[in-house]
Amino acid sequence: MNENKHTTLSTGNNAVATAVRDAKVQVVAAYPITPQTEVVEQIANFCENGIFDAKYIPVESEHSAMAACIGASIMGTRAFTATSSHGLLYMHEMINWAAGARLPIVMANINRALGPGWNIWADHSDALQTRDTGWLQVYVSTVQEAYDTTLMAFRIAEDQRVYLPVMINLDGFALSHINQLLTTEPIEKIQAFIPPYHLDHAIDPNNPRGYGTMTAADQFVQIRYDIERSMRASCAVIEEAEQEFAKACGRTYSWTDEYLCDDAEILIISMGTLGKEAEVAVDILREEGVKAGSMRLRWFRPFPDIQSRLVGRDLVVIDRDYSFGYGGIIASSIRAKTGLESYNVIAGLGGQEVTYLDIASFVRERKIGKEVWFGIEETKNGYEISRSDI
Amino acid sequence: MYEIRLHSRGGQGGITAAKLIALAAFRDGRHATAFPFYGAERRGAPVVSFIRIDDNPIKIYSQIKKPDLIVVLDPSIMELVDVFDGLKDGGTVLINSQKPADIPQYKSYYVDLTDIALKVGLIVAGTPILNTPVVGALAKIGLFSRESAQSAIEEMFTDPRNTQAAMLAFDEVKHE
Repeated sequence: MNENKHTTLSTGNNAVATAVRDAKVQVVAAYPITPQTEVVEQIANFCENGIFDAKYIPVESEHSAMAACIGASIMGTRAFTATSSHGLLYMHEMINWAAGARLPIVMANINRALGPGWNIWADHSDALQTRDTGWLQVYVSTVQEAYDTTLMAFRIAEDQRVYLPVMINLDGFALSHINQLLTTEPIEKIQAFIPPYHLDHAIDPNNPRGYGTMTAADQFVQIRYDIERSMRASCAVIEEAEQEFAKACGRTYSWTDEYLCDDAEILIISMGTLGKEAEVAVDILREEGVKAGSMRLRWFRPFPDIQSRLVGRDLVVIDRDYSFGYGGIIASSIRAKTGLESYNVIAGLGGQEVTYLDIASFVRERKIGKEVWFGIEETKNGYEISRSDI
Repeated sequence: MYEIRLHSRGGQGGITAAKLIALAAFRDGRHATAFPFYGAERRGAPVVSFIRIDDNPIKIYSQIKKPDLIVVLDPSIMELVDVFDGLKDGGTVLINSQKPADIPQYKSYYVDLTDIALKVGLIVAGTPILNTPVVGALAKIGLFSRESAQSAIEEMFTDPRNTQAAMLAFDEVKHE
């Protein structure tokens, strides 16, 4: 083993905090919320113990957390925050501002359901309600991936071709609180991978400029279009970062995490920890002679170009989210992008227990073009996805 | 895959025990994951933690339904919860108790972890700490080596009483 690497057990939350420390973030402003709390506790510990030289700002709300990150970022310092669920939505206005002001802030969101009913467990509805804000969104599935992706997020966000914020998503409790093996990298290697923070449009008192002023439509349209142009340019930056990371640290990441997809006749598509559990379902199905594969989406914004991988296969899409009056958000996105129908299983809402055995059943019982809610008896034969059924 | 369910009460160190067990298995060169089930827990309420140990990376996140081993840190929980629920036929049980439990259908072990914690002065906020001694008992049962148990404890705790308690539990655990 490389003696500079260190391997031990870590939670997902601790992996994020450790990556934030190793990326030499300069300002952390955050408000604790279950199940994110351990991220900010651990960062505060690092600061208190003198092993992390960041300015830690304990703010009075998530709205203020993001506002403080915006201030720090535009002054030319690397900024980070973390939140969950209601905290994420409470900062919604500032989330839009961070992207519009082109600030490469990195945020960890520990995915949690939105109340009522009050629920602290995993659900992707929180992050997906912010998908149209101009933030890049990535969903991770292991403790190691949480550490690695947090490091990559700074490099991607701060690239001049991007200058957009990045949100890393971890399933509440399922990933935030599980202990798995984590290998951390030597600081010198991380410093070589993430260049020092530089923002072209940082505030410079010696060169005063106007920020956030009234903007007429012609310039406003240009500003909005620039966000989309950078979002598209971020695709190449993401690929470069993932390739360089693989060279430096030996761990490979891509748009999707694919398991036995090449010859698969059925693809299970999901995000987060369910995507790993789905790999165990694939093993069971393969033993039964069912040619299944698992495609876990890592990036949701920008949305990956997966059409050629999907055509000609049965798609079983698991959504841990829902857009009321429309459908599962991943299945809807795939249909909109590719024109392909799927068997859309709404499963795992509010931390609903979904096992590899359940996922294998989804595949066996698939009815392409229909939607089912796992655990809701009246949907077991599948909704036709049309308005008349609602 | 070897699957363990651990029953404790909030504040007894069950969640830390789960992490120590996984860490000791890792020190033995195996893959391991540990996670608690979080309800609306508070000090004193029954808590369940899960540990998986395997030779390959572990991809399962859902709860353990059919454990190979049940660990009970607080036997009074057995009046509230069916701790044997789902335990595999001929599975193993370790109970923190002065006396054997009457469960002939399982491989049953017992050790008085509370007494060991009190003996070595492993007490936090008036509560005997059971999470390090239980790791010693599990090493004796054969879950991992005694050295790996010690290494895991020393990585997480600097107070030598933790290792001392674990080694006492290693010596004192009894098979029914």
